[in-house]
Amino acid sequence: MDRNRTHRNRRRVLAWMHFFGLFIVMAIICIPGLWIVLNSFRPTVEIMAKPPVWVPSFTLDHYRAMFGGAGEGGVPVFHYFRNSLVVSVTSTVIAILIGMSGGYAFARYKFRFKGGIFVGLMLFRAVPGVALSLPLFIVFARVGIIDTHFGLILVYVAMNVPFTVWLTDGFFRQIPGELHEAAEIDGCTRWQAFWKVEFPVARSGVASAAIFAFLTSWNEFALASQLTRSTGSKTMPVGLLDFTAEFTINWGGMCALAVLMILPALILTFIVQKHLIAGLTFGGVKG
Amino acid sequence: MRRRLPEWFVLLLPAFIVIAAVVLIPLIFSLYSSFTPYKLTRPSTLWRWVGTYNYQKILTDANFWAAFGRTVLFLTIVLNVELLLGLGIALMVNRVTWGQRTLRTILMFPMMFSPILVGFQFKFIFNDNVGLVNNVLQSLGITDMALPWLVDGRLAMFSIVFAEVWMSTSVFAILILAGLFAMPRDPLEAAEVDGCTPWQTFRHITLPFLMPFIYIAMTIRSLDVARAYDIVQIMTGGGPARRTELLWTLMSRTGYVDARMGLANAMGYVSIILSILFTIYFFRKLSAARAEIGLEG
Repeated sequence: MDRNRTHRNRRRVLAWMHFFGLFIVMAIICIPGLWIVLNSFRPTVEIMAKPPVWVPSFTLDHYRAMFGGAGEGGVPVFHYFRNSLVVSVTSTVIAILIGMSGGYAFARYKFRFKGGIFVGLMLFRAVPGVALSLPLFIVFARVGIIDTHFGLILVYVAMNVPFTVWLTDGFFRQIPGELHEAAEIDGCTRWQAFWKVEFPVARSGVASAAIFAFLTSWNEFALASQLTRSTGSKTMPVGLLDFTAEFTINWGGMCALAVLMILPALILTFIVQKHLIAGLTFGGVKG
Repeated sequence: MRRRLPEWFVLLLPAFIVIAAVVLIPLIFSLYSSFTPYKLTRPSTLWRWVGTYNYQKILTDANFWAAFGRTVLFLTIVLNVELLLGLGIALMVNRVTWGQRTLRTILMFPMMFSPILVGFQFKFIFNDNVGLVNNVLQSLGITDMALPWLVDGRLAMFSIVFAEVWMSTSVFAILILAGLFAMPRDPLEAAEVDGCTPWQTFRHITLPFLMPFIYIAMTIRSLDVARAYDIVQIMTGGGPARRTELLWTLMSRTGYVDARMGLANAMGYVSIILSILFTIYFFRKLSAARAEIGLEG
């Protein structure tokens, strides 16, 4: 009897600790983001108030200033948003096409130095953005593609190709080779066999590679901050800096832009989140 | 008749061309310029060859070695903490019986944040005057004066580590969780029948199975360890008095603020080699772990 009771008590304590631990972890993950969202709706006076005001009031001032006041020292948010969107989407599409063909080559063909080439390709991804931005800045300035969409797209494609190759290689490798052979016997060309048989099977890998490529380009700062100068090409991460002056930071306005920046990424990730995990694990483990 | 190129080569060619144009050529250029006293303000200095002068200079520079040591220490601490926390979170979420999908979605949340946004976010939260942390501490009466989170050297380093861990722990948690889902039930039940303690089961059955997943996470992380640059640059800019200076912030300051490109590129090469060593190390671990559980091929 007694032993039963202590056992039950211990279980209860453990279950409670488990719940409590999870609660703390989730709170730590959520609060910083929610704090940003909350503050984007609070007037500046309240954000700066000392002692702090704990009951928030609601205002759309920061959003109004962000979207409306491009003239009076405001931040040209629409331009930044459009630049970010153009650069990220274009570079993702191109990186996926190039990376997929590379991944297919690694998964389906045998050639010399295959392992070496593969690791070599990955190592280019490991070059830190800051270290690359110094020479890229000089080279792009010479060629004259600094401060253009084209330059940034080119950089992001190169950044995303290795990782895309890695993920899609793992996926294509899972597909048995007999599949496309059967299709070819039935009269498909290799090209048709790829698009009609192999591509649909590997779609979830491609989707996860695409979301990673998109997030990388959407969020990249180290390179963009050096390769873009004007409103014509600055992306949103670089635009965030517009809210900082020499000694002060417009916290409210910055939070509003942060919300605008995180929304597309959030929506996109939720749509394909199922593929995301599958893509990472299968691409990596079996690759 | 012209010999046709092999198909695999044609398929890989676009990838080679893009990477050569954007990464390889600039890297060769920067390797060359690291042997010159190149200054952005004086283009003619690009043609003066000074041999290994820049490298000798950084190798004898105390500031550089301090930044280098701090970077290695930072990476070691951050990666280990992230791994342990990620493992803990994954084990906890795995035991949850309902609402698991929601928890997993929440876990993904920090992955969508731009590093620079994480930097700003924590700069705001740790702000000594209007930040959330100090407001809470002061309202609860734990301290009566504002803690200088980003101004004091040690506290600043802690804040940066916190931000970095917040941003990247979920990569580990999600991948380890996926590993736990993929785990076969039979060995666990057999262990229970044979009378293993929970710790023994974890140590000898669960953990070895999870190793490849842990190394995938490590490999993915090691590819962009330098993302910490964005966070540090925004939160402290390497200050106060170089207390949080990492290799990357030192490099960008030397290059862009002091305009000494040759010297900065020499530092860049040291950081590139550091990143590449990290990546190669984890790649090898990954393939060893794969071979161990028989997934090779």
